[in-house]
Amino acid sequence: MSTEVKVSLMEQVQSNTRLSFWFHQTLSIIKLEIRKNFWGRRILPIYLFSLTPVAIFFLMNLYPTPSKSLGHPTTAATIFANIHEGVIVRTIVFFGCSWIFTNLFRGEILDRSLHYYFLAPVKRELIVLGKYFSGLIVSATLFISSTVVSLLLYYYPRGYEASMQYLLAGSGLKQAFMYLVITGLACFGYGVVFLVLGLLFRNPMIPAGAIYGWESINFLLPPFLKKVSIIHYLNSFRPVPISEGPFAIVAEPTPIWLSITSLLVIAVILLVFASYRIRSMEVNYTD
Amino acid sequence: MNEIVFDNVSKFYGEILGVNKVNLTIAPGITSFVGSNGAGKTTLMNLMTGLLRPTRGKITVLGTATDNPEELFRKVGYCSQFDSFPARVTGRRLIDSFLSLHGYSKNRREEMTNKALERVNLLEAADRKVAGYSKGMRQRIRLAQSIAHSPSVLILDEPLNGLDPMVRAETIALFKQLAKEGLHLIISSHILHEVDMISDRVVFLKNGYLVAEGEVQGVRTEIENRPMQILVRCNQASKLVAKLFELNRIVEAKLQKDRGAEVGSVIIRTYDADAFYRDLSQIVVDSSIAVEVIRPMDDDLNAVYQYLIGSEGEGQS
Repeated sequence: MSTEVKVSLMEQVQSNTRLSFWFHQTLSIIKLEIRKNFWGRRILPIYLFSLTPVAIFFLMNLYPTPSKSLGHPTTAATIFANIHEGVIVRTIVFFGCSWIFTNLFRGEILDRSLHYYFLAPVKRELIVLGKYFSGLIVSATLFISSTVVSLLLYYYPRGYEASMQYLLAGSGLKQAFMYLVITGLACFGYGVVFLVLGLLFRNPMIPAGAIYGWESINFLLPPFLKKVSIIHYLNSFRPVPISEGPFAIVAEPTPIWLSITSLLVIAVILLVFASYRIRSMEVNYTD
Repeated sequence: MNEIVFDNVSKFYGEILGVNKVNLTIAPGITSFVGSNGAGKTTLMNLMTGLLRPTRGKITVLGTATDNPEELFRKVGYCSQFDSFPARVTGRRLIDSFLSLHGYSKNRREEMTNKALERVNLLEAADRKVAGYSKGMRQRIRLAQSIAHSPSVLILDEPLNGLDPMVRAETIALFKQLAKEGLHLIISSHILHEVDMISDRVVFLKNGYLVAEGEVQGVRTEIENRPMQILVRCNQASKLVAKLFELNRIVEAKLQKDRGAEVGSVIIRTYDADAFYRDLSQIVVDSSIAVEVIRPMDDDLNAVYQYLIGSEGEGQS
């Protein structure tokens, strides 16, 4: 074997070892962060917040309104689609993710504990990745669970048999699955946006409010501007179409494969930006 | 490669000066940063560990740039002044989590964690939550964390703060032991007599500028425009003073005679200590003066500090 080939092989082995080491370090960060995020004092409001749709459906069960009959499957599906869009995605997931992800770095700065990561032999880019995935796991677990319980509570008044019929024989199972996918992707998309906001701003809630406004007027935006949002790509997954009102500017929905690709591209771009940002970040805890 | 090098390093916080034009090379052993609050001690330490980025200049730690944490923190341990810890963490878990980021296996981590806890005498409290620790224990757990991975460079920002005298003595002994093992120990402290006791070298900082560096005695010798004080106790103190003035070797002499005796003490101020010692030997031989004591009055760190840093440091020794 020539020296050149040997060197090349050694480099490959080193590179593989390095990759596996980075993977191990990222996993360690994810584990540490998940523990912190699930049991930290900052998560308590999010537990309560994620229970809001559950509480709404629970109260709807306690005090059913005769005018809003869930008897017809199409009506029931449309009502749930509206609640999922308006309450779960646009409110609970949006604000829940803003809290979870902006606190990944901002919370550490407030607690004066960011230096623990910065003093470890870890590439700062891996800290961004580890924190992001831990936030994603925590937010997706909370909000997907909340969506599942909401679905169950929503269909519960129709009775066990009708619910099972809807879920297993009709289109219910596919719809339910798509709601969970939307909730998960919302965590994925909004999460990365809020992670960057937490790195850029001392008070990320102000830009988060601006993004909320932008996402809320998405239905009024011309087609090319609609694409500069997360909600536009999530709409591609809607199992039940919902009306956006008489003033909405209707645009051709983006195909699902393109929506997934777009969300991935947005996430990668923002994670690269966050990595660039964190490389030059200083710890002095005075700002 | 076996040194920490600051090459013309400046750090500004906006328009506020942190440190300016620092050129410094730190060899193995114990080096102490001395200076009043705001002198730039912590800034230098944070620059050395990459927590801050220099506005100008370059820092290398044993050949590694400070913007390469992956390599840097295999060699460096930093016990910072930040007195905050992740919530609900125990002492043991704090160190174990830190070592997990280094990539050590579970068994190895356990072994290294126990060793570090033992070195700071915190093994018994290891499974208690850090939030319940006393200030001294928190200081020690930070120290344990910084030495757990056996670094070659240990940076300690005010490491003796909050320690009771017993633990303080143990910690100083640990520092000396670590230095003996070939580590670079860089310490910042306000407690000058302790710095004096443990340091091989000192770096004096004032308002962000490095004003002097070297061994304490060496620094003192380099201060040429400040007269040095030397105490001489002998049997003919007045005669000695007169002879010294004749030779024009001293600038001031304070005579303190013992009551009813010819023996007395004289505190002499001179710009050229070496020449003074030579002349003194000659006078003693020529005049048959019996000298009991010759002692430099200001070779200790506090005196040097007063010379260099000024009255700001008075309350800190």
